[in-house]
Amino acid sequence: MDEKPFLEIDNLSRRFPSTEGGEPLTVFENLNLDIFKGEFVCILGHSGCGKSTVMNILAGLDKSTSGAVTMDNYEVSGPSLDQGVVFQNYSLLPWLSALKNVTFGVKARHPDWSKKQVLEHSYKYLKLVGLDDGAEKRKPSQLSGGMRQRVSIARAFAIQPKLLLLDEPFGALDALTRGTIQDELIRIWSGSDQTVFMITHDVDEAILLADRILLMTNGPYARIAESVVVDIERPRGRAEIVHDEGYYKIRNHLVTFLARRSKEMAGRLEDGVVVGQPVSVNPAKENLIKKEKTKTTPELVPVAS
Amino acid sequence: MLKSLNLRAALISITLLFALGGIWELATPKVKSATEMTEYEKLMGGADQEARVPPPSKIIKLAITELSDPFYDNGPNDKGIGIQIGYSLYRVLAGYFLAALIAIPFGFLIGMSPLAYKALDPFIQVLRPISPLAWMPLALFIIRDSQASAIFVIFICSIWPMLINTAFGVAGVRKDWINVARTHELGSLQTAYFVILPAAAPTILTGMRISIGIAWLVIVAAEMLVGGTGIGYYVWNEWNNLDLTSVIFSILVIGVVGMLLDAVFAKVQRAVQYQE
Repeated sequence: MDEKPFLEIDNLSRRFPSTEGGEPLTVFENLNLDIFKGEFVCILGHSGCGKSTVMNILAGLDKSTSGAVTMDNYEVSGPSLDQGVVFQNYSLLPWLSALKNVTFGVKARHPDWSKKQVLEHSYKYLKLVGLDDGAEKRKPSQLSGGMRQRVSIARAFAIQPKLLLLDEPFGALDALTRGTIQDELIRIWSGSDQTVFMITHDVDEAILLADRILLMTNGPYARIAESVVVDIERPRGRAEIVHDEGYYKIRNHLVTFLARRSKEMAGRLEDGVVVGQPVSVNPAKENLIKKEKTKTTPELVPVAS
Repeated sequence: MLKSLNLRAALISITLLFALGGIWELATPKVKSATEMTEYEKLMGGADQEARVPPPSKIIKLAITELSDPFYDNGPNDKGIGIQIGYSLYRVLAGYFLAALIAIPFGFLIGMSPLAYKALDPFIQVLRPISPLAWMPLALFIIRDSQASAIFVIFICSIWPMLINTAFGVAGVRKDWINVARTHELGSLQTAYFVILPAAAPTILTGMRISIGIAWLVIVAAEMLVGGTGIGYYVWNEWNNLDLTSVIFSILVIGVVGMLLDAVFAKVQRAVQYQE
């Protein structure tokens, strides 16, 4: 990929002031990451490692302490319709029907549209998630968790953001529903050139959906240790993908990372070490490690914690 | 099952009503009719030495005559119950909506800004427990109009529950919903109108419902003080006339009107209620 990245994260740091006037808590520092147009990127790591903080900064809901995020040549300085967010708890407005929740987004995006246009556009996306059979007239409280998350996904896609951010969207769903909606998500995404950044805890989900999986070490001073390339051919199906020869290599790599290396690699890097883009790894092809983009050529020096 | 439960409850209510009314009726000794009285008894104003609480039958009789012509007007001291209720309702609603006009925007301000909350809280805490009637002398002196003073008293007593509930509801709006507004690039006014208002509406309506209840309680006392017109004045006037039948009748009317006011707000409250 020689083109200019669509999203650039440059030397991003986030520190929270400590409550008792001691050392501030550094969630992560000097984070660098490029994401290309149309990529589906998953970020994987333990709870509390700072994934959500990264996402909130990308969404503009949180501010970084230093560093910058540039999207499509503009700096991200606050929340906007260019970043669509799907939250884990759906964040639907409970006093509005499913349909009104989607039109809420569409109206915000296209204030000049007529009622009919708004409705047509909203129905198009409700149909994509299979919610156009009368269920769209119901309030979120009358919908199941899975249906609520579908509405939330429809709302996010309907505003056609430049970047779609998904914060563990399937975390609260049962396994069967999760599978169905993953399939729907991948189907909707395939028909678009939507760039997606998704947080997940689920290794299989990440492999099924992502082009690239970012592995984050435990915090504080978390960093993206590796960028695992998933080049399993698309379209992927949950039944077929497990028979792909690369699948278990990738899976083992991810599980090993989560179980062991995320902890071993945790901790602050020595002063003076500059971190560039995360190391690109392709476990399906015998761990051919190469660096994709050489802004700076860092050596990763893990400091035992 | 529910239907039969309602039915049974209604049956018990009616039985209780008749039983209590019956006991009351029977407990009231019959007053001899004028023809049976001796001359002396007539001169003394009846056979009974003591004035007694009138029986329900007399109250019902009065209620029928009063309610069949509620809007007659025979001068300052003899107006129909409908006119009196009308005056009271006018004062209550005028004071109440003036209070809402101030309380809801200020409640938004206090709920959205911790600074405004901290700065205004001492005032609210001191002013809130003051009995609304305590304002009456000051109001009469400053406003110099008894009608407007009564409205002011209603205003001052109904403002606090609305103010506090609005602030509480606005401050308690879930962060997620505010984030939805932010990610959809809604301005502050749009956020207030499309997200915070509907989210806080049930709490705001609770405050409004408490306020209307208090306002209806206070108007009776206020009108007893300012006099002239209104249901509160009517009660006091009938007491001065020693007409206990009318007093009891107006007490019942006050109860029924209060119930209807509450029912209206309960309906509005249900309309804005949502389930998370």
